[in-house]
Amino acid sequence: MAETPARNRPLYRPLSPHLGIYRPMLTMVLSIVHRITGGALYFGTLLLAWWLVAAATGPEAYAVVQEAATSWIGRFVLFGYTWALIHHLLGGLRHFFWDLGTGFDLGTVEWVARLTVVGSVVLTVLVWVLAYTMAGAL
Amino acid sequence: MTDMRTPLSRVRGHGSAKSGTEHFWVQRLTAVANIPLVIFFVASVVALVGADYETVKAYLSMPIVSIMFLLLIGSGIYHMRLGMQVIIEDYVDGETAKLLVVIGNNFFSVLVGLACVYAVLKLGFGA
Repeated sequence: MAETPARNRPLYRPLSPHLGIYRPMLTMVLSIVHRITGGALYFGTLLLAWWLVAAATGPEAYAVVQEAATSWIGRFVLFGYTWALIHHLLGGLRHFFWDLGTGFDLGTVEWVARLTVVGSVVLTVLVWVLAYTMAGAL
Repeated sequence: MTDMRTPLSRVRGHGSAKSGTEHFWVQRLTAVANIPLVIFFVASVVALVGADYETVKAYLSMPIVSIMFLLLIGSGIYHMRLGMQVIIEDYVDGETAKLLVVIGNNFFSVLVGLACVYAVLKLGFGA
């Protein structure tokens, strides 16, 4: 077994080319977006916690959440949250197929990627149309 | 096949932490579980848009709803904790910094998860 290199001595090894030299492709962008939406949803759980804790606390606390959620900035954030959640879910479904060893040929990879983008937007809009309908605004 | 390692190296047991497969598997297990749970969650929120406090409270205190939310919180928080750990391991440079952020990830996940669970149980058992 090799000795662990001394920490104060930099070890110069050849590096593989990083993202910057590749032409952006949809699959690559989606891979990055999957990670970004995952990271966003991570902090988005604070909103879920806020909602639940407020509901458990009482009407006054809940009114604050409701006011924040229905404000323009609140709606913007929640719309983004909805899209991130749906996009990450659809991206996860793509990964399931890959984990099962299917859908690797370039044609399939490409149209499934496009389906993920279009599907996430369509489903997000659908959820919001339903939400506005429920609220009696449509 | 001849083992090329020195006896000392074998004794030290260096190598991977042997927990990578577990991480991979649980990441996917929770991902599968999250699909119906997230659909339930989104449907719940959509159904509660514009509802007053009493309606929301009544909904969240139904046993089936409490159970679904507890499952969502458990599976969701565990999934995000695993995911964030991978992101940290990919991007955070330096052992000390990495260790601190990994600890932060665990603390954040437990804190948010516990807050949600507490709220759901309080609503379920009568706020």
